[in-house]
Amino acid sequence: MTESSRAARARITIRQQLPLLAALVVLWMLLWGSITPLTIVTGVVIALAVTRAFYLPAVELSGRFDPFWFAVFVGRVLVEMAVASFQVALLAIGPRSRHRSALVKVDLTTRSDFILTGTALAVSLVPGSVVVEVDRASTVLYVHTLSVRTEAEVEKARAHVLGLERDLLRAWGSRAEWEAVRS
Amino acid sequence: MTTVLYLIAGVIAAAAVLIVLLRLITGPTLIDRLIASDVMLTTLILVIGAEMVISGHTRSIPLMVVLAATAILGSVAVARFITRAGGDQSGPIAGEDDDARR
Amino acid sequence: MLDAEPWNSILDAVAAALLVVAALLTLAAAIGLVRFPDPLSRLHAATKPQILGLILVVIAIALGARSATVLLLLVPVVVFQLLTAPISAHMVGRAGYRNGDFDPDSLLVDELAPDVDAARGTELPGGSWTDERAVADPGDDDAGPSKGPGAGS
Repeated sequence: MTESSRAARARITIRQQLPLLAALVVLWMLLWGSITPLTIVTGVVIALAVTRAFYLPAVELSGRFDPFWFAVFVGRVLVEMAVASFQVALLAIGPRSRHRSALVKVDLTTRSDFILTGTALAVSLVPGSVVVEVDRASTVLYVHTLSVRTEAEVEKARAHVLGLERDLLRAWGSRAEWEAVRS
Repeated sequence: MTTVLYLIAGVIAAAAVLIVLLRLITGPTLIDRLIASDVMLTTLILVIGAEMVISGHTRSIPLMVVLAATAILGSVAVARFITRAGGDQSGPIAGEDDDARR
Repeated sequence: MLDAEPWNSILDAVAAALLVVAALLTLAAAIGLVRFPDPLSRLHAATKPQILGLILVVIAIALGARSATVLLLLVPVVVFQLLTAPISAHMVGRAGYRNGDFDPDSLLVDELAPDVDAARGTELPGGSWTDERAVADPGDDDAGPSKGPGAGS
């Protein structure tokens, strides 16, 4: 690696890791259950040490963040999680039906690693669907979905994943990508 | 009233653990045992929390935090081991692991 | 100000009821673990419904202690589980699919298999992936434009 690219990487690291550092400090204070100068200082030191020791590629954020739509996204995922939890529970104790599963390929519109990760996380969090394979280069998710009976339900599962991606793009996506799915 | 509810919850949880134990023992695949032990661990976290409600103390919270944070390690390690050892290692994309290593 | 005594017993009863619901979710997960036909389906029954149970238990603890600080202390428990459960589910599911630990007949559609075959066809014309990899490693680095920052310069 050349000297200039290393410098570029270091600059990206400090600026773009600020949200991560802030999150780590908040987590540290939550773990201690107190906000005192001591926990803040040790939190900052430990956050810096952790991000240095376990280096991750810098996450490319779009620079656009809408707290309201992010809250809507989180709320939607939590509600879906609660509803689907009971659906899967009923499926487990209910009569043995001839339900089958499906492995659905979902081609996401985004090109961002961050949106891809967020969508995969949300999909895997809702019971009844889990991301089995990810193609990062072309942002494709392969989602295993429980209890699918017809082709129409396959399409419904696909639309559901795309809907989650759309909601996440509304909150975090770059302006260009949000415009692209807005229609 | 609450004592009865506590008892019901305890009996249900015990029954659940026994059923999970059945899957843990019978398998048949390593994946099944992995999933079953995952459920066991989550149930343990739930039971520790329930015990705090029933006994009316909050001393086990650090235990819950540590368990919740480290629960992932075992299943990820075993899942990776299984994929490496027996599985077909080709993904749909080339150079996928190169990306992960970078 | 209302009399404290009935409020205390109501809060305790609500907390106990939440515990029962959480226990029922655990039982459903266990039953699903036994009754679902193949490992990939069993994965759905496991762990994830229990995260809802965990949230309910956390609320019950905060109700039992009647303290917002306790709720705040328990936020990391829920956050850790919300962030890590999907990852372990994905890892286990991936291992299960790659090992073939599922019943192909139970799948209505499998849109991954053709892509795996396609990747296999182009990447390794006869021979295992690991063998091919030792030879083709320098070439692999050039293949596919990387989107990571600072890469490829």
